[in-house]
Amino acid sequence: MPPRIRAALAFFGLLAVLLALPFLLSGWVLFLLTVAGAKALAVLGVVLLLRGKLLTFGHALYYAAGAYAAGMAVKYWDVHEMLVLLALGLLAGAMLSALLGLLIARYRAVYFALLNLAFSMVLYGILLKFYAVTGGTDGIGIAEPTLAGWRPGAASLRIVLYESTLVLVALLVYLAHRFSVSPAGYVLRAIRDNEVRVEYVGTSVWRIVYLTYVIAGALAGIAGALIGLSVGHITPDLAFWSQSGEFVFVAILGGTGSVLAPVVGSILFEFIRNYAFELSPYTWQMTLGIVLLVIIFFLPGGVWSLAQTAARRGAR
Amino acid sequence: MSALLETVGLTRFFGMVRAAENLNVRVDEGEMVGIIGSNGSGKTTFLNLATGYLKPERGRIVLAGRDITALLPRSITRMGVARSFQIPQLYLGLTVIENLLLSLAARCAGVGLWAPLHRTESHAEARRILAQFGLEPHAQRTVHELPEGARKLLDIAVAVALRPRLLLMDEPTAGVSTEDKFEVMDTLAAVLRGAEITTIFVEHDMDVVLRYSRRVLVFDQGLVIADGRPEAVLADAGVRRAVLGHV
Repeated sequence: MPPRIRAALAFFGLLAVLLALPFLLSGWVLFLLTVAGAKALAVLGVVLLLRGKLLTFGHALYYAAGAYAAGMAVKYWDVHEMLVLLALGLLAGAMLSALLGLLIARYRAVYFALLNLAFSMVLYGILLKFYAVTGGTDGIGIAEPTLAGWRPGAASLRIVLYESTLVLVALLVYLAHRFSVSPAGYVLRAIRDNEVRVEYVGTSVWRIVYLTYVIAGALAGIAGALIGLSVGHITPDLAFWSQSGEFVFVAILGGTGSVLAPVVGSILFEFIRNYAFELSPYTWQMTLGIVLLVIIFFLPGGVWSLAQTAARRGAR
Repeated sequence: MSALLETVGLTRFFGMVRAAENLNVRVDEGEMVGIIGSNGSGKTTFLNLATGYLKPERGRIVLAGRDITALLPRSITRMGVARSFQIPQLYLGLTVIENLLLSLAARCAGVGLWAPLHRTESHAEARRILAQFGLEPHAQRTVHELPEGARKLLDIAVAVALRPRLLLMDEPTAGVSTEDKFEVMDTLAAVLRGAEITTIFVEHDMDVVLRYSRRVLVFDQGLVIADGRPEAVLADAGVRRAVLGHV
């Protein structure tokens, strides 16, 4: 069987199993998977940037922008339609990254990382202090969304959110895959190796970095809207630097070898954090730190490298 | 013959160091011009100026009648000027064929977001170019596994894949062993002749210059001190003193 067909079958097989999960799993696991799926989209953006050696410590900026775009639409325009809220999240992430990217895409290395961090903390400050508009630390509630006009009951809402997240993640992961294997995706990897040569074949380095930055921003924006819908409440913490750090953590945990790695990393992270908190409520951050150390020392390619090693052995 | 590249009064200093002063160089279509000179004589600076990597303090660079002095390297590349480097500039983490495919994508369809880079038609062209350079057996290897000589050829192949009108090569035989240098140059000369690419190459090796160029420019402290047929130029005592350090 050709590898492409095998990969497509594995992808759709996995998708079918995941779609059937709500009938097998308890509610809290489903909720955890929904949150992991939503955050995986923001991590996917971080991973795409990392492929071009662009490390951001401020990606929560677009995550929060997406969440608050959806939140404001609920608060001020009384919009409850999930499809509209998700589109608003995506647009907010894309537009804000398109604007700030004009500046940030010109920087590299530590300057790129810290400029992102700085802008994310500016947004955090705005969300925190403009109480009259944003609700400050009280945040904004996003309750009772509808899906294409249909209002699911409280019991089925969790399943609807899970299934919607899953379909969205599958679609966006596929699009990210197409981008990764396109000339632009390869140029991004070429930029990691040699920007001078990229310019000397007539390709604009800035254009590709900017494009990737906007894609990553849009992914984080829709992730933020999804989180708002899933949790039902948003606060300025979504823009805080520790949230950006979490995205980088999950990107390293999952690895950058595949567009599926952020999904695996994100699910793993949510479960590790959940159990770490349950087992030792006062030292759960230490557990996460130890996990990160283990990954860096023993699996520098992230958990996805295990799948790659297994695939290589299988091919032999 | 019409001038393909012409520099008029090109001048560039690095602090007190004169890297180029009042350079008036004309290269016609179809020529293969060698540039020689001692270290620091301004050879690479000339290539860097001609390709937009450095900007001159004074003077103009004209490509086929169009002033390109203020253009960026990628714009100059798109106008048909490609270059290779003294230290090969490649994408080390990608495979040999992917290095070429990115040149083909930049030249043909542009750097798109949807159609995959690996396509049957572009693979066929990339493999044809690799075969010309004797690199086909390495097609699927990542560049960091390649020996230096193969990297040098690939660096030139990446430039040739752009189908340039003018190719600038910076020391194509540097890092290549003495016994391999003529083989490398024979391969290059055949490819460039076949593709009718006008070529300027910087070279340290006098044997290579004598054998492969019909015209040679001699650089010394940012000035062109001689321009003519290699045998005549290299017979000049002043040139031999400037380039070789002895007569």
